Amino acid sequence: MKLVIRPVTRYAAKPWRMRLLLVAIGLLCSAPAGADDDLWPDLKEALFPGQTIVSGASFMHLTAPERAYDAAVVPVQIDFDAARMDGVKVRSLTLIVDKNPVPVAAVFHYPTDNLDPSVGTRVRVNEYTNVHAVAEATDGRLFEIAVFVKAAGGCSAPANKAPGEAEAHRGEMRLKRLAEEGRDGPLEILIRHPNFTGMQMDQLTRNYIPADYLETIDIRSGGKLVLSVEGNISLSENPAIQFRLPTGERGGIEVGVKDSNGRSYQAAWPIPPAS
Amino acid sequence: MTCPVLRRCRVAGLAGWFIALTFAICLQPCSATAEAPLAMSQIAQGVYVYRGADAEATAENAGGIANIGFIVGDQSVAVIDTGGSLMVGQALLAAIRQVTDLPIQYVINTHFHPDHILGNAAFVAERPIFVGHVNLPPALRARQASYLARAQEVLGSIASEDWFIVPQHLVSGREVIDLGRRGLVLEAYPTAHTDSDLTVLDEATGTLFAGDLVFLERIPAIDGSIVGWLAALDRLKGVPARRVVAGHGPASAAWPAALADELRYLELIAQETRQILAKGGTLQEATASVGLTEKNRWRLFDSYNARNVTAAYTELEWE
Repeated sequence: MKLVIRPVTRYAAKPWRMRLLLVAIGLLCSAPAGADDDLWPDLKEALFPGQTIVSGASFMHLTAPERAYDAAVVPVQIDFDAARMDGVKVRSLTLIVDKNPVPVAAVFHYPTDNLDPSVGTRVRVNEYTNVHAVAEATDGRLFEIAVFVKAAGGCSAPANKAPGEAEAHRGEMRLKRLAEEGRDGPLEILIRHPNFTGMQMDQLTRNYIPADYLETIDIRSGGKLVLSVEGNISLSENPAIQFRLPTGERGGIEVGVKDSNGRSYQAAWPIPPAS
Repeated sequence: MTCPVLRRCRVAGLAGWFIALTFAICLQPCSATAEAPLAMSQIAQGVYVYRGADAEATAENAGGIANIGFIVGDQSVAVIDTGGSLMVGQALLAAIRQVTDLPIQYVINTHFHPDHILGNAAFVAERPIFVGHVNLPPALRARQASYLARAQEVLGSIASEDWFIVPQHLVSGREVIDLGRRGLVLEAYPTAHTDSDLTVLDEATGTLFAGDLVFLERIPAIDGSIVGWLAALDRLKGVPARRVVAGHGPASAAWPAALADELRYLELIAQETRQILAKGGTLQEATASVGLTEKNRWRLFDSYNARNVTAAYTELEWE
């Protein structure tokens, strides 16, 4: 078993964040408005300059409701078909909601190459848009897949339906075991955090609530980093991350998160929860 | 009464070729609502209700999709909810003036949803006291921009910020108001359908205006807390009323029998969602399976059930 472990800082490095910001600003300033505009060519060039991205449709599946029920909580799942990956090892996966004010919703970094890179999360969708996932292989090749989602208003939807309660529980985490595939089945981390977008109105002051969102979610098993997620405002309130442990991994799970105001929260579970 | 919609259209019509189009768009809501009083049912002595359309808000119904009404006392009138647009509010006012010339002392909003509150503006000139739950003003302000955008999408540029008249008399517990030998009991609920639910009980006739704490025939929509709503129903069923005016559905229904359908639906959603969570089911699995046996029992089921399940799942996963 070959484990490639990189320091956390590598994954939360500033250039990436700067790139996300520049992309957001660049698009706001330069993109022509209009419902039918395809932002992807510009977005792609901004996020992966000069690189060729080929279709990953033969082994990547992106699942999202065609018409979202709640634009602030749109479940998105990216599954990889290991049997058809033909030696491709995924180093990172970028989830992009093309028409959101900050299009990059999350970047999943995989420090180990024995991990099924299938992941899921919940995003906000601001207007009818394509949602893209771009997988970067360890050899540098890029693969993309997209679906169209009909939803609107997710970024400005009020923070929570019962004000006050969420704040009292900020930073609380849950580890959920999904499905019944034994220890190797998918897990889900839930993190109580408003993940404010900067586009929501304060119910009392009538000013916009400053953006306040999860920047990094690091998941360790047996002390080793197995998944590092860069978040942004497009992740839903109380962010959820579905993932799988590396094959044969038997250690306890620790999760550390850091938000954009520098607050950090930790949680640990001795072993993946039993059924 | 001059119709402000028409007045605005005439101004816009100065643009020449634009006249025909604007009149075609704007005449309809006026002729359908503001110029014609709403057709009210007198469901009990001095209690009048307009039954909203069981539909989404459209230009045709001018947002008149919620049940709204008024109660006439010896000295004054209380309006309970005002409809989803200025035009519906004006038509309600016209209907009141067919019945009585007494002053409109109170306009009570049962919660902040636009189909219940956007007609408030039609009553400003009557100088009533606008009454709502203590949580209503901040909740409405937080949503005002998206509600306005949605209203303009459906009703056109006639929809304006001026329609957002926020109650200034706020209720946090229980309060009795008097219309002249006619007491109305107002009760503010903890988060249930929304975080701003207020009920009105007319003691003289035993008529409960439940707002959207009670849905009949149209599928309930969870915009607060499913656990809170179930708790509210438990408390509501003890209210000594004879009949209820639900937020949506028939103008009047027997009490407390009218609670049965909604209670069954919400309990089922909570129970099936908890089962999915217990076996590690995802949000996607929940929205694809929970509540489906209720499909033929409610109008607009396909538009709201999965959304309700999303609300229930994201609440109950933290239990």
